[in-house]
Amino acid sequence: MQQSAPLLTITDLRVTVAGKEILTGMNLVVRAGEVHAIMGPNGSGKSTLAHVLAGRDGYTITSGSVSFRDQDLLAMEPEERARAGLFLGFQYPVEVPGVSNVYLLRAALNARRKARGEAEIDAAQFLRLVREKAKLMQMNESFLNRGVNEGFSGGEKKRNEIFQMAVLDPVLGILDETDSGLDIDALKVVANGVNSQRGPDRAFVLITHYQRLLDYIRPDFVHVLAGGQIIRTGDRSLALELEAEGYDQTVAAAKSQTQTAAR
Amino acid sequence: MDSKLQNPGLNELVNRRYQHGFVTDIESDTVPPGHSEQVIRFISQKKDEPAFLLEWRLKAYRHWLTMREPGWARLHYPPIDYQDISYFSAPRKTPGLKSIDEVDPKLLATYEKLGVPLHERARLAGVAVDAVFDSVSVTTTFRDKLAAAGVIFCSFSEAAREHPELIRQYLGTVVPYRDNYFAALNSAMFTDGSFVYIPKGVRCPMELSTYFRINQAKTGQFERTLIIAEEGSHVSYLEGCTAPQRDENQLHAAVVELVALKDATIKYSTVQNWYPGDEEGRGGIYNFVTKRGDCRGANSKISWTQVEAGSAITWKYPSCILRGDNSVGEFYSVAVTNNLQQADTGTKMIHIGRNTRSTIVSKGIAAGRSQSAYRGLVKVLPTAEGARNFTQCDSLLMGSRSAAHTYPYMEIRNPGAIVEHEATTSKIGDDQLFYCRQRGLSQEDAVNLIVNGFCKQVFRELPMEFAVEAQNLLNVSLEGAVG
Repeated sequence: MQQSAPLLTITDLRVTVAGKEILTGMNLVVRAGEVHAIMGPNGSGKSTLAHVLAGRDGYTITSGSVSFRDQDLLAMEPEERARAGLFLGFQYPVEVPGVSNVYLLRAALNARRKARGEAEIDAAQFLRLVREKAKLMQMNESFLNRGVNEGFSGGEKKRNEIFQMAVLDPVLGILDETDSGLDIDALKVVANGVNSQRGPDRAFVLITHYQRLLDYIRPDFVHVLAGGQIIRTGDRSLALELEAEGYDQTVAAAKSQTQTAAR
Repeated sequence: MDSKLQNPGLNELVNRRYQHGFVTDIESDTVPPGHSEQVIRFISQKKDEPAFLLEWRLKAYRHWLTMREPGWARLHYPPIDYQDISYFSAPRKTPGLKSIDEVDPKLLATYEKLGVPLHERARLAGVAVDAVFDSVSVTTTFRDKLAAAGVIFCSFSEAAREHPELIRQYLGTVVPYRDNYFAALNSAMFTDGSFVYIPKGVRCPMELSTYFRINQAKTGQFERTLIIAEEGSHVSYLEGCTAPQRDENQLHAAVVELVALKDATIKYSTVQNWYPGDEEGRGGIYNFVTKRGDCRGANSKISWTQVEAGSAITWKYPSCILRGDNSVGEFYSVAVTNNLQQADTGTKMIHIGRNTRSTIVSKGIAAGRSQSAYRGLVKVLPTAEGARNFTQCDSLLMGSRSAAHTYPYMEIRNPGAIVEHEATTSKIGDDQLFYCRQRGLSQEDAVNLIVNGFCKQVFRELPMEFAVEAQNLLNVSLEGAVG
């Protein structure tokens, strides 16, 4: 693949939560057009990474830097990151009762447009857009007017995340365990939604515990995150290897290699 | 998690300013502080009231003197010195106005500033306004148009002079002067308010609205409103309230009585924005109000919708007596408290007739160090065959120093009644805020979005012209209140 400019560059990122170091010197470069999968055992820091990139409170960054589209990502408010084109698909999408899905989306879309100095989206144009994307995600139009994630099943919530991503049209989609809790049909719909958004100008970081998702969304790179840093990087075959051998062995092997190399 | 709720934005947002806190410098006749039979006679005389009304006031006053201020509400405030309050204050140049042109321009300017222009051409089409300034009604708009439909909409004082038979027939029949301490005080001292009469079969051609304004320092406002909807009639009424920003507390003790006869509907909406006091809890209105509707006839309906955003203290339980068979009572409420405000509010639904139905939807939002209580009674008498009630009571907390309380009382004496109660208390979550911000909304917009979503069920009951106003008021009241 030809090398495009980096969208996201994470350099030696160290993050603590309540005094405990969770990310211990993480490095990653994501270029436009690429799909990266970050896999790892529970507690390896996967969700922390997603939250830190999106700007959630409660994490202390002790060192390192993150640049996103040549901006200092860590200095930006969560909404500024979103408006700059960073989207986080939540592991546990949040309910906002009484606020319809379309209302939130329109407010979000207009906040972005306003930040770019553009006029608000025209109502008819907006409706066309959400209908088209709802169809893509095989969502009934009644979903659009229901309260955000209110009373949605687990699968519907995840589908709704990808739907929102499709409408908001980000340049970097970080999907935090979007596959967890999905049956195979829902997984296919979600994967199809992501695949349809792949393109030379957009990148994805898929955070997942299982390789199953990667059968449907083919990543360009697979990284193993353990102990707060990436200990191995490979292509899709690494995901299959992980599934066959389990994290313990892979992590142990990677560690001994690192130690050997250090000597 | 708790410590996390104090986002930096919260405190900044809370420190908003009350927008109606100005004082109008106008010459007023104000009686010296203190209550006595003499003061009552003065008020009655000033208003040229019929003798029966003075008698009624005096009976109420004598009864009030035997009563004690209630202490059961979850409200804390220093004792009120009732001798330190002036019971009557009126702008000097008002009585007997024939047209708006005679109103003191300063008063007109005051209402303009409040966003309630009194010139009919400037008003929203379709809304008639009665403007009450301290103890008197300043003017009532669109009277001719209403009169053509047979509707009477005027100040209470005027109604007492022009339609004494209606006042005599209905006054105190829904809220007797013995009802409670504040109702008795009001019955003795009430100064003005609005009177509405909708004749048989008439659908009131426009929204009716009263705008209450307290201006004078050290005065109480004791307004009295009476709405009568004759058989098969329909009316929608809205009241708004503001007061200047002062360091001392001021008392507001109103009584509202609604009477709905057979097949009649009364919709009563309130947007209450009395001065709430400052961040330290200095000043603000003490709002002790008795509001009650009597569904006297079969198939009648009374619907209360309130958005309570102001006042240092709110003590208010708009209620429905469901006497007529198949009558319907509704209560939709948003009560928002911030800083050191306290609200103890709710409703009473008294089911007497057969197949009576009531709905209660209460949304309490507490921010800052405020306290918000829902207190409601659903009472089903043995006669109320087939009665139904649905109650939903939700509280939203912002920050970690506010509190919400729920006191639902139920007295069910008919075994066939169906009574449902749902209650939730939630914190405006970091999760929700972060989720909305991740989609691109600013913190403030995210809060407004979440709060408005929470209140949606109530807002959609407001007349369209006021729904937007209510939403904006809420956003202003909670400015900075995020945690």
